[in-house]
Amino acid sequence: MRVLLVDDEEELVATLAERLEMRGIEATWATDYRAALAAVEEKEFDIALLDVRMPEMNGLELKRLIEARQPGMKFIFLTGHGSEEDFNACSAESGKQYYLIKPLQIEVLMAKLHEIAHS
Amino acid sequence: MQDGWKRYKPRFLEYSEQSSGMYKSLFNFRLLWKQSIATTLAVVLLPLFTLAVVDYKISKEAQESELLLRTSRVVSNARRTLISYFDERKFALNFLTLDNTYDQLLDPQRLTQLLDNLKSGLGEWSDLGVIDHTGVQRNYAGPYPLLGMDYSRQEWYQKLSYTDTDSYHETISMRSNISDVFLGFRNTPHIVISVLHSNRLGLDWLHYVLRASLDIDRLNTLLAQLEVGGKGDAFLINHQGLIQTPSRFFGEIMKKFPLAVPPPSERTQVVEGRDPQGRAILIGYAYITGTPFILMVIKQKDILMETWEAAGAKLIFFLAGSVLAIVAVVFGICTYLVNSIYQADQKRLASLHQVEYANKMASIGRLSAGVAHEINNPLAIINEKAGLIKDLFTFRQEYASDHRLLGLVDSIIASVERCATITRQLLNFARNIQVNVQKLSLRQVVADVLEFQTKEAGYRSITINVDIPDEIPEFFSDRGKLQQVFINLVNNAFAAMKDGGRLDITSRLSPDSTHIVTSVSDTGCGIPAENIKKIFEPFFTTKSGSGGTGLGLSITYGLVKEIGGTIDIKSIVGEGTTFIITLPLEYHADTGETNARTVG
Repeated sequence: MRVLLVDDEEELVATLAERLEMRGIEATWATDYRAALAAVEEKEFDIALLDVRMPEMNGLELKRLIEARQPGMKFIFLTGHGSEEDFNACSAESGKQYYLIKPLQIEVLMAKLHEIAHS
Repeated sequence: MQDGWKRYKPRFLEYSEQSSGMYKSLFNFRLLWKQSIATTLAVVLLPLFTLAVVDYKISKEAQESELLLRTSRVVSNARRTLISYFDERKFALNFLTLDNTYDQLLDPQRLTQLLDNLKSGLGEWSDLGVIDHTGVQRNYAGPYPLLGMDYSRQEWYQKLSYTDTDSYHETISMRSNISDVFLGFRNTPHIVISVLHSNRLGLDWLHYVLRASLDIDRLNTLLAQLEVGGKGDAFLINHQGLIQTPSRFFGEIMKKFPLAVPPPSERTQVVEGRDPQGRAILIGYAYITGTPFILMVIKQKDILMETWEAAGAKLIFFLAGSVLAIVAVVFGICTYLVNSIYQADQKRLASLHQVEYANKMASIGRLSAGVAHEINNPLAIINEKAGLIKDLFTFRQEYASDHRLLGLVDSIIASVERCATITRQLLNFARNIQVNVQKLSLRQVVADVLEFQTKEAGYRSITINVDIPDEIPEFFSDRGKLQQVFINLVNNAFAAMKDGGRLDITSRLSPDSTHIVTSVSDTGCGIPAENIKKIFEPFFTTKSGSGGTGLGLSITYGLVKEIGGTIDIKSIVGEGTTFIITLPLEYHADTGETNARTVG
């Protein structure tokens, strides 16, 4: 399974990528939309894990750009702000409630990834 | 009785100003109430009383002068009657002296004949005598041995036979005399009328007096026939104040009249006075010209005023009734108006408080959302780093057996989760500030609320039972407001209960399946019946001195109304309180807003 992780917090996203690697997932990470789009240009992914609130471009806009390049990719949104707008917007964008609140529990994330991969 | 008054006693009478500044009442209601009642009563009652007093005085004076006038008329008429009565008798005697010669009058048979004639005409004559110029009775007809009686030394004779011819007066009255009433030989009251006859015989003068006695029965009848009313009295007194004819109330005949003899007057007079018993009386009197008599007509004033006083009493009764009615109406209207102002003012204060409360909550919401968000990111990093450490330990065999290190990492991860729970709650709270209608599950809402309370419930051994069956569907409402409602009710229940109590939250669909009926019951101290009515009013609190604002349930009430629901309360003192919230399954924003406005 190939997963793209995008979050403006490098410490978070790098560590998370390392942990996913340990669990046999091919994880690539980026800290802004440019790096994320560059990664998408380079290789194919099954799932993208996007932080909703990021400087320059938020996760929802980034999702559309990525989707334009790689249609059929699945998305999970990640936020530190459990607001209703985020929740509703993410639900609308992802089609299903693939929406996780920081801090993450790795077991929950793994379960979600497998659920999406097999859907 | 006291409870009854308490129930109707306007709330503003108990109101005492506790706030200051922005939340100060605009009025001193008790003073306003008193002033409006006093002013209205003064404006209405003063003219009423003035009119009543003036009318009383005027009508009393009119009645009194009417009485005086009537009495005066009676006296005048009686006076005329009496004058003609005496004149008739004097004329009758005078006629005898003109119709008979002196010699004829000296004839006993003739005199007896004349007396009989007089008696047949005017029955009260009792004797007739002729007295010569020396004062000796020369002839006498009657039942007593009065022949030869010498009257020359008697005053009436001396006055009558006054012989100074130069001052001779033509009028008969000057040449006749009417005596006081006296008892005489017969011991019956009578009067004596004497007429002087003077006739020139050549150079000499012939003087003699014709004298006759009269019983006063006819006079008495005459006086008795006067219309003097209930306790009126009409009688004669002489100039010395001796009663001359029978009196009903002022003593017997020949006795002294108990009041002062009225001053001489040529005309009829009516004066006010008091009888010997001290009662007010009207005294009408007239001097009867040519006689020693004064006609007295005495009426008791209070009896004459009785009819007027009865009418006056009716008026006073009516006045008292009017005053009572006016006082009642003024009291009622003033109380109603001041109470309306009071309630409007209370609503104003309550909205101020609600606005302030909402602003405060919004500020706290923004602050907590910011803090939670900022903390969440580093927290997420700690979480991932600790997770990585744990992963390293787990995936690399050399650390797998170090349980102490694994324990430490687990502890870090558990603490991070605890912090995460707190930030989630803060974010949830912040979310509640916003107005937002969404589909939600009642069970979830209640669970979110109870999440805050589980710790305290645990400390205080309070059992919480939630019974929300699956048949309750998800429905549209404002999550934040609904949460706030349940938070307030649960907090309230916790405050009311001692340690070891029980909190039940149960939900049912209404019979027509349009509403969800949820009850929140505690086993707390309960609310007395007299407080139940006021429990949703702003600033009503029983938590005196414990920082209660008295706004919690009022805001709860407002929130329930805003989401289109109703809230009800049942309570038994000592057993507990149940709040019943009925919420519509369909949310109508309009209804919500309308209700919100009526609350605010």
